[in-house]
Amino acid sequence: MSQVVAALGPFGDAFDFILHQRESQAGTVQVGGPGEIWELSWTHLKLSLAATAIATLIALPIGLWLGHIGRYQFLATSTSNIGRAVPALGLIVFFIAFLGVGFVNVCAALVLLAIPPIITNTYVGIRGVDRETVDAANGSGLTGMQVASKVELPLAMPTIMGGIRIAFVSVIATATVAPLANVDTLGRPIVSPNVYGTAGQLAACIVVALLTFAADAVLAAIQRAVTPRGIKIQANQGRLRGRVPFVSPKRSIQPT
Amino acid sequence: MADVSYVPILAQLGDDFFSNREGAAKRCPGNNGLCLGWIADNFTDYLDPLWEHVLLSIVPLAIGFVIATALALFAHRYRIMQPFFLFFVGTLFTIPSIAFYLILLNITGRGFTTAVVVLTAYTQVLIYRNVMIGLQEVPAETVDVAEGMGLTRRQILFRVELPMALPTIFAGLRIAASSTVGIAGFAFFAGAGGLGGEIFSDPAFKGNVVTASVLMILLAAVLELIVLVVQRAFTPWERAVAT
Repeated sequence: MSQVVAALGPFGDAFDFILHQRESQAGTVQVGGPGEIWELSWTHLKLSLAATAIATLIALPIGLWLGHIGRYQFLATSTSNIGRAVPALGLIVFFIAFLGVGFVNVCAALVLLAIPPIITNTYVGIRGVDRETVDAANGSGLTGMQVASKVELPLAMPTIMGGIRIAFVSVIATATVAPLANVDTLGRPIVSPNVYGTAGQLAACIVVALLTFAADAVLAAIQRAVTPRGIKIQANQGRLRGRVPFVSPKRSIQPT
Repeated sequence: MADVSYVPILAQLGDDFFSNREGAAKRCPGNNGLCLGWIADNFTDYLDPLWEHVLLSIVPLAIGFVIATALALFAHRYRIMQPFFLFFVGTLFTIPSIAFYLILLNITGRGFTTAVVVLTAYTQVLIYRNVMIGLQEVPAETVDVAEGMGLTRRQILFRVELPMALPTIFAGLRIAASSTVGIAGFAFFAGAGGLGGEIFSDPAFKGNVVTASVLMILLAAVLELIVLVVQRAFTPWERAVAT
């Protein structure tokens, strides 16, 4: 076992850090091991879930409303541009510098990061619903509220879930700097290598990456589950069409 | 003048910003550096990190554009590769940036190269996806017409499909530009410096945080603007149509 660990170099040491507790760099406290890794991961996940949930509660109604009335497109699409340009590190540090440290403040900063992709995707999803479908719903006597909740929302669900997925993944990635606000997420060993050592730093990185992949996979499954059956059928037909070679000398001329 | 550190930023403009800033620099730490005097006096300290950040943004964008476009053209020719490439670039994008920097650091060592590799990996999905969508959105009828006129497959690609896909390709490049500037903010974890390193070196000092963050936002805006100007130059026919 120890030979395998040695052969893997820094990575072997990092896995050892995940599996076994050890003395900190200064030798004063015990760090690492499954217990501490689990504790840090749980805080990390709690913080990310809270931020994404709050962001969804704020952004979803806004995007739904903007998409339903079909106006302020510039506002809805440019929020995500601005969101991308604002440096995540700057935003969190800014919040800490002005509001102070703590779970709530760092959560608020993460909420701000998560809102833009959800608003934009919700807007794009709602606007992407076939206008004829919406007209038909209006014609059948559905009220605006019913059209939004029973027609537009379900049909836009895959795109909306895509936005939440992007937001959640980027929040997990950014929650790594939360230790600057005294919230001990998996970022703790990353920003304090003088206590945890480089093995702890690398171990935390590996765990964060695995956590992100797991979260992404779960949300992808949810995204598939909430996709209405009709859209899945349409997508499959689209894929079949895609299998036909694009530029083929024998391709039949299709009537237009 | 004891409470002068609490004077709002704008009031300090008239106070001694233009005439005598010597006192302002001393008082500023009381206001945590958040005043124009401090920023003006220490601005030169940010020029080197800014230049590092510019390089950290432009180099990955250039390399990433070449690689992603090549991938997309390959996938356009051999459609069977499309789902694999999309999965591959999507997975790269999912890796948290700080973790990516630090994991790669153990393989390729500290420094600029490691940061460039990571940042290039992140540009892939944004550019690849847009090139792919742009090529797919070219109307089949247009390609049919080109074929009917006797153009070869290569001519169709370079004279019809790629020019028509240019607006979508440039949109992807714009998104990639601003997100690369943002992710390069963490490049100091790979020992590559940049403005993020300045933020991280003194996160409690507001003047420092605000100056470095604003410079990053401005850099992102300038890069997007440059891409937009290049797009205008390359697609003169788009100007005739309201976008």
